[in-house]
Amino acid sequence: MRPFSYQRATDPDMAVQALSAAAAANNPLTQATAQPLAGGTTLIDLMKLDVTRPTAIVDINPLAQAWSAIEPGSDGLRLGALAKMSDVAAHAEIQRNYPVIANSLKLAASAQLRNMATLGGNVMQRTRCSYFRDVSYENCNKRNPGSGCAAMDGVNRMHAVLGTSDQCIATYPGDFAQALIALDAVVEITGKGGTRSMSFAELHKAPGNSPDIETTLQPGELISAFSIPGRWPRSVYLKARDRQSYEFALSSAAIALDVQGGTIRDARVGLGGVATMPWRAREAEALLKGQKFDEALAQRVADAAFADARGRRHNSFKIALGKRVVARALQQAVTMEI
Amino acid sequence: MTAAAPSPKANMGQPVPRYDAAAKVTGRATYASDMPLDNPAYAFLVTSAIAKGRIDRFDLDEAKGVRGVIEIVTHENAPKLKESKLFSNGGYAGTTIQPLKSADIAHDGEIIAVVVAESYEAAREAANRVKVSYTATAPSASFDSTGTTTAAAKGQNAQFKEDPAVGDFAKAFDAAEVKLTAAYDTPTQHHNPMELFSTSCAWMGDNLVIYEGSQFVYGLKHGVAEQLGIDADKVRVVNPYVGGGFGSRGSMTPRTAIIAGIAKRLGRPIKLVPTRDQGFTITTHRAETRQEIKLGANRDGKLLALRHEGAEVSSRADAYCVGGTKTTTRLYACPNVDSLVSIVRADRNTPGFMRSPPEVPYLFALESAMDELAVKLNMDPVELRRINDTNVEPIGGKPYTSRSLMACFDEAARAFGWAQRSPQPKSMSDGDWLIGYGCAATCYPTQMGPSAARVRVQRDGRTRVEIAGHEIGTGAYTVIAQTAAERLGVPLEKVAVFMGDSDLPPAPVAGGSNSTASTCSAVMMVCDQIRQRLFKAAMPAQSLTDRAKETVGLGQTPATQAAKGDRPLDIEKAFDALGVGVVEEYGEWKPEGAPLDSFRAMHNGQVRLVGGHAMKDQIAYAFGAEFVEVRVNRFTHEIRCPRLVGAFAAGRIMNPRTARSQLMGGLIWGMSSALLEGTEIDERNARYVNDNLADYLVPVNADVAGVEVILLSEQDDRINPVGVKGLGELANVGTNAAICNAIHHATGQRIRKLPVRLENIEV
Repeated sequence: MRPFSYQRATDPDMAVQALSAAAAANNPLTQATAQPLAGGTTLIDLMKLDVTRPTAIVDINPLAQAWSAIEPGSDGLRLGALAKMSDVAAHAEIQRNYPVIANSLKLAASAQLRNMATLGGNVMQRTRCSYFRDVSYENCNKRNPGSGCAAMDGVNRMHAVLGTSDQCIATYPGDFAQALIALDAVVEITGKGGTRSMSFAELHKAPGNSPDIETTLQPGELISAFSIPGRWPRSVYLKARDRQSYEFALSSAAIALDVQGGTIRDARVGLGGVATMPWRAREAEALLKGQKFDEALAQRVADAAFADARGRRHNSFKIALGKRVVARALQQAVTMEI
Repeated sequence: MTAAAPSPKANMGQPVPRYDAAAKVTGRATYASDMPLDNPAYAFLVTSAIAKGRIDRFDLDEAKGVRGVIEIVTHENAPKLKESKLFSNGGYAGTTIQPLKSADIAHDGEIIAVVVAESYEAAREAANRVKVSYTATAPSASFDSTGTTTAAAKGQNAQFKEDPAVGDFAKAFDAAEVKLTAAYDTPTQHHNPMELFSTSCAWMGDNLVIYEGSQFVYGLKHGVAEQLGIDADKVRVVNPYVGGGFGSRGSMTPRTAIIAGIAKRLGRPIKLVPTRDQGFTITTHRAETRQEIKLGANRDGKLLALRHEGAEVSSRADAYCVGGTKTTTRLYACPNVDSLVSIVRADRNTPGFMRSPPEVPYLFALESAMDELAVKLNMDPVELRRINDTNVEPIGGKPYTSRSLMACFDEAARAFGWAQRSPQPKSMSDGDWLIGYGCAATCYPTQMGPSAARVRVQRDGRTRVEIAGHEIGTGAYTVIAQTAAERLGVPLEKVAVFMGDSDLPPAPVAGGSNSTASTCSAVMMVCDQIRQRLFKAAMPAQSLTDRAKETVGLGQTPATQAAKGDRPLDIEKAFDALGVGVVEEYGEWKPEGAPLDSFRAMHNGQVRLVGGHAMKDQIAYAFGAEFVEVRVNRFTHEIRCPRLVGAFAAGRIMNPRTARSQLMGGLIWGMSSALLEGTEIDERNARYVNDNLADYLVPVNADVAGVEVILLSEQDDRINPVGVKGLGELANVGTNAAICNAIHHATGQRIRKLPVRLENIEV
């Protein structure tokens, strides 16, 4: 870890000010010299590993009072970005009307981490790619733009099969973001000019030719809240992983359905553990809408979700696994009692 | 009695709580890096980013500019150290690859620089700013790499003396009615004890004190003295508690002498706390193996032919191997046996001990093969073991001192509900989950080594036991205190035990599960010396038989003597008669069959273990049977193991509470080994990839739903005075095979490569 200055931001303006002051032009957010500190569960790790080298830390935890509300309403849900993962997962109304959100949070990390980590920080967590996290490897396009990718032909069992490029195959590791993207969440961003809103789907970027740019956020911008329109009581989060808890997904599916009289009126499919960013399988969703559910449909949907998937040496299994996870999650969502 | 403290059965001690329990749960137990030092400097390691090649140059400007940096030590300015031989060649070292000696790199993560600074933070920051230019050459990573060399273990590893064989394997296999040939792979594994591989060194003039978690304080003391070229009497190793060993702290690693040398030059104590990922390359590991088993049997299940071949990866420098064929060729009655162990040299660090080093990989192969044979024979796998059970090992024809294998199978099968198993694969399920039951035998050699002890008794009964044993989390303090209390007849709470200090009387390495048998035998012998002195002083010589003197505790009524009118020993009277305030005895114990140089070797920190298959007229093993329930998700193929049941017989159980805890930990580790643990190697550069506890998976609480440990009564008077068979390494041996056997039962699919990942399952 390298020396850094520490500052507590007691109001949003102060936080934005402190974060933008250090922002240099053309510097992607991930390499900005000033970084916001919320739960610290990713940032501090990466600083210890020398992957992230900020010179200024802006502690935004004092904003929690304003930014951590959990507000279920009749036409949707609003979640403050500094709400703790554990608080949201344990909220009775979220468990009832948004099980996909509650479970995506509950099945993530460990109890200790969920007690510390915030929703905003959670969606911004960086990849777990071993080569990204080990600075003794020169070649990481995400960490060292233009240096190559050690994972491409290295040990890549945990890596992505969707949304990859020839520059980067690092997996987006989170769970909650899959629920957000599936439910058409809107993210509220606080910056220099006040607040703005955009679709959560626009927040993350595929690696393409610039894997170092991971989101559309600019230095000096902070996520202040998430809004989820509607209610999704018929929703599930299914996560396949090597161990029963405290482990990232090999493949996960966030499924939300609106079924009326046996017909699927609306369907949402988010995929985790398999893609370079939070992933929504819109082709798969299209196949579901207006249909009656059966196993053959589930299979077609699963195939569609992974139609563009590309495996590498150790992770090709994720394609078949991902399809089975989607099919099983759909089955669970259809048959769940609400 | 609670589950954690099982009621003692015959030949078991009391399940008293751990001697050090309160200290540990309140954080008062002091580990190496907790030891206070006077004005220490802090060291941080820089390790190699290549596995083979050389360092062209260091750019240290930026690193030296970090405030607080005192010195950066590289091969260009490192203290000169003498070589130490590998422990298996009569030395102390776990590797003969000595870092900082030249610009050459022998393996990934080799220490290439040590940054010393006024604070840990400054040292770590400066280490991050060290720039290294290498010339890398393509390394050989493992079995499938080009450039490895392979040769038989026999002839290059002094401790691997023979490839066990008997009869005519080829002929018998050829003629067998039922044959099986199968290949098995086990992965590289790393120990990852909770306590990091910390070392602190402090000099007082010419005297050095080392604080380091070690499983062998005498070995480390002599090894470091040898490397520094100083008298071993000037070196003291202190570690009252060790935060887990599992073999990783059994032999000396290069870091200790390096830190000692730098501390000497600097004239300041130095504290080193390496990171978790550095622990993967600065110590040892369990090497990957490839094995092949051939079994030939009659239709009735009787084994006729067994061949076990194993290949293990080692470093270029050292011919380390575990050679588990010494156990697998002797476990079952089989008249025609052949075996071969070979070593494959690659550009890797030297591997070393890891809990049950030979048995874990080699019994995975044998006990999987036995299950495969049972399937071929359409026979209950328990019955196949019963048919081939034996009290005489087939290679040398020596009798087992005791063997409760089938009693363990029967007890564990009953507790597990084995009778409810429907034998057909894929025939049991529960919702999304296919259910499989599997079992395997487990065993571990009974070993002992020479040990000394000092015991001091005051007239109020307060007792102090001193022995340079090691508390690696097993309960060593507790069972030694129990031994002394029982033998002397003093209350347990009056006994204080001092260990983990090379200034105390020597004890063997805490490895090979020998500690309890060795240290308690020594303590028992010295307690008897004390008792005899006191009895002699206080009672007329003819009043007590020698037998009574050996069996009656201080202050107790000698029941057999009551008829003669003798009274119990009056301790105060005995002390008055001796005219002393304290009685102290020192003694040295060695097991039967120990080599002539045993005691000299003991004082020189060299291991002389006796036991297992290497005894003269007999063979000594502890046995157990393990049953597991495995669940395989038919959609995700996730594999879980909600139930582990093990029954074990290991001679006298000194303390059912600590014994259960060790066996439970072993079963859990065994499950971890089968389903989770495996160090991934990037074949291109021979580097470890998942070198942290987020990516090197071990079980979390949610993975461990039910573990049942059954302790069987067993008495064995032929092994050592306390009648103890070590059990610390007994439980994690059979689990790998039991789990793969259960996966076969659940899915019909035979898995012969560990760890089992969900992508290996095809349902």
